[in-house]
Amino acid sequence: MSNHVAIIGCGYTPIRVATPEASYRELTFEAAQRAYADAGISHEEVQSAVCCEEDFIEGISITDEYTPDQLGVVLRSVETVGGDGLHGLGIAAMQIQTGALDIVVVEAHSKASNVLTFDHITEFALDPIWNRPLGFHPEFIAGMEMNRFLHEAKLSVEDCDRIAAKNRTNALSNPIAAYPARMTSEDIAHSPHTCAPLREAHEARRADGAVVLVLASEERAKGAERPVWIRGTGWANDSPTLESRPWGKDGATEAAARIAYEEAGIRDPSREIDLFEVDDLYAHREAMALAALGVKNGAAGVNPSGGSLGMGHTLDAIGLYRAAMCVDAIRSGRSKVALAQSWRGVPTTSVAMSILSVNHG
Amino acid sequence: MGNRVAVIGAGITKFVRRAQETPPELAWAAASQALDNAGMTLDDIDCVIHGTAPDAFDGVHMKAEYLSAGSGGWGKPYTRTYVGGGTGVFAPIHSWMHLASGKFKTALVVCEEKMSSCQPHPQGAFITIFDHTTERALGPNLLWIFALEQHRYMSVHGIKNEQIALASVKNKHNARGHPSAQIGGELTVEEVLDSEILAYPVHRLMVSPTSDGAAAVVMAVEDVAKAQTGQPVWLEGVGWALDTAYWTNRDLYYPRYVEKAAWMAYEMAGIKKPTEEIDFAEPYDPFAYKELHHLEGLQLAPKGGAPKLLADGYFNRDGKLPSCPSGGLLGVGNPIAAAGMMKICELFWQLRGEAGERQIQKPLRRGVAQAWGDLMQVGTVVVMGT
Amino acid sequence: MKEPKLGTGLSSRDFFESGRFFTVSYEVRAEYAWDTGPAIGRYLEELKAGRIMGRRCTKCNRVFVPPRAFCELCFRPADDWVPLEDTGTINTFSRCYITWDMQKLTSPEIPAVIEIDGATPGHGIMHMIGGVDPDEIKVGMKVKAVWKPESEREGAITDIKYWKPVS
Repeated sequence: MSNHVAIIGCGYTPIRVATPEASYRELTFEAAQRAYADAGISHEEVQSAVCCEEDFIEGISITDEYTPDQLGVVLRSVETVGGDGLHGLGIAAMQIQTGALDIVVVEAHSKASNVLTFDHITEFALDPIWNRPLGFHPEFIAGMEMNRFLHEAKLSVEDCDRIAAKNRTNALSNPIAAYPARMTSEDIAHSPHTCAPLREAHEARRADGAVVLVLASEERAKGAERPVWIRGTGWANDSPTLESRPWGKDGATEAAARIAYEEAGIRDPSREIDLFEVDDLYAHREAMALAALGVKNGAAGVNPSGGSLGMGHTLDAIGLYRAAMCVDAIRSGRSKVALAQSWRGVPTTSVAMSILSVNHG
Repeated sequence: MGNRVAVIGAGITKFVRRAQETPPELAWAAASQALDNAGMTLDDIDCVIHGTAPDAFDGVHMKAEYLSAGSGGWGKPYTRTYVGGGTGVFAPIHSWMHLASGKFKTALVVCEEKMSSCQPHPQGAFITIFDHTTERALGPNLLWIFALEQHRYMSVHGIKNEQIALASVKNKHNARGHPSAQIGGELTVEEVLDSEILAYPVHRLMVSPTSDGAAAVVMAVEDVAKAQTGQPVWLEGVGWALDTAYWTNRDLYYPRYVEKAAWMAYEMAGIKKPTEEIDFAEPYDPFAYKELHHLEGLQLAPKGGAPKLLADGYFNRDGKLPSCPSGGLLGVGNPIAAAGMMKICELFWQLRGEAGERQIQKPLRRGVAQAWGDLMQVGTVVVMGT
Repeated sequence: MKEPKLGTGLSSRDFFESGRFFTVSYEVRAEYAWDTGPAIGRYLEELKAGRIMGRRCTKCNRVFVPPRAFCELCFRPADDWVPLEDTGTINTFSRCYITWDMQKLTSPEIPAVIEIDGATPGHGIMHMIGGVDPDEIKVGMKVKAVWKPESEREGAITDIKYWKPVS
């Protein structure tokens, strides 16, 4: 990047299955308080905010209305993106790179526990003319994808069992994770099928949480204690329809990675990146993401946080949780260059990623 | 500040009460015309921005993912942004970030709304804009908040409804020259005031219609823009601001969030005296009073002073500062996000001298477009110039 | 500009009656149980008890309603609860003659922003005016809450039936 952008503040709530004590307002307020304290800034210094959310998840039409108060940015520049938090992170970084703004925050939260008919809402995302009338549970998309991907990649269901077991077990050492468990691949293999070959234990379960990251220009980050630099960002969509989808590969991640790698100057990701916090909404997606990212087997840490299988699926906040895990790892010296990547779940082909580093390259 | 960014092509569908086309087909219609106008194909586009307001209209959750088929998002960096009714003017700002940052060189910006999908009436999508715990139980509808705001504006300044009705008359007249227009026509103030009262002080003819439609622009950084066209129209300043969601704790008589957004854009454009340095305006006019309210927020009229200037002909197409020469939402129609984008298109056509029978006759150097939305809360402002 | 393409308008008759167009109909099942959080939770509880409560921020000294856990301007936790009056002033109102789906109402609904006595001036809530000839209502009128009988209250904003002008 020609003009560097840093993450200077990172705040998040512990991920929980439910958070009955707080509305989305208090949950986000807590994450923002933590982030601003971490950045050593007052809320009045925040010039702009990017929020990531969807109407039918919040149960509010034009849900961007309810974004400014809990971020302390009343009467300032706020925009909402119908995207993952990592889309928001990329946009916040661009806002700073225009030169017009110095401190921009990105926010995403999940109150998944408040949504009573989640599967119906996912079905509502299907093409209304071609796909919805078929009446399938929307998870069938993940099952079909898993089947084709395993076939093309010459992987087995057992490989997916191992991924799920690894991530659930990794979450044991992550105090904010909602679904840690000592599990083996055999345990995973015993869980019931949902849309075969997909099993229940291959699927990340939903949870609540909120994340706020504070981004700053290079100039403004100079005073920051522990800046983490954004080396590259990328996002992309693959085909819009199920009928035109390349089921065996993650084309969106491939396209997004081309942009992010070029920006970050990454040529050999397996060697140059030492931490991957990537999509695992379904266990096979982790393998699919790594393949699309050009990461060879046996590369460095993959989802040591536990991923969404172990931490919980915090909807459009999951990408920012992954980024936050990367920030923590970089600050504690466990990583030098980390990659966070997210997919927005069925039925989308929408992917975003960020490459974070201890220095700006 | 950042790279210079220009609009180099624009496209629009007709705005209609109920379109035969599906949402992706509407998006495609606008996007493909904008590309043709810019002399480009989708292969020349680095990133795609989609602007659309509530998902409930088109009746699809994560609607932009579904719409990516028509917006050209396949295989490209694609994001959807929304700030309620402010979306249409915000989408080019969102695109500006992509380009001014240096990350991308070209962008396709598409705004679409198909309100007619929402049955029995698109207003149903607005019930759920209110706070789910403290307001929705009262059974509110969208007209309430407009009526409450208009009434506050009138009572603080002592404005009469016939002064406000004139905005409908002007815009529906202006829209007669717009080939996309849904409800242009010649009306009198009396006819507006004789139309049914929907929610006092709002009469039926003071309200924009519900519409289906799409509008799009192609944007590019300076070197691409200059290579592509002899007439790029530059984004000179952009601004956006969002006020608190606690709307009953604010004085609704004045849109301070529009003022905030306007000054952000004006400072970027180097504008110190807006009335002298801006040649024409496309303020957001979903309701008649909103045009006046917004002209004040845009610093183009003193607080409470817009109605008198309107009556004096100051905002007519041949006036000192033409306002809504397109015909606005009151005349052209209001497919929410697409309506805001229609205003960006109007700036583009007027500044290139391509507005046909709508063309403002005086020389034009600079115009401002503005949109508004959410719970009377968001201001989005774009200044464009030759 | 060129003549716009597409946006092919269909009349109601075309669409609903002609049989020339196929349609797909779908009703989404979107159900939620929103956590209120502590501030709105207590607000609702107090409404059930027939009281309106606000919250104070001692930094900016505002007393706000609806109450909130934190002051959005000072960006700090709010400090204490303040009992407010069940009287107030009409800041603005409307007489609305249609429903959300544009059906006509013979007698209007009267939404208003009511500034609540005891809260910082300018701080109000949206509610309904009633018990009065709609044509008699004026901006600036004093109003008082008309509560549902205690047995019918459920911890909702509708525990107040409407606000009635007082002379």
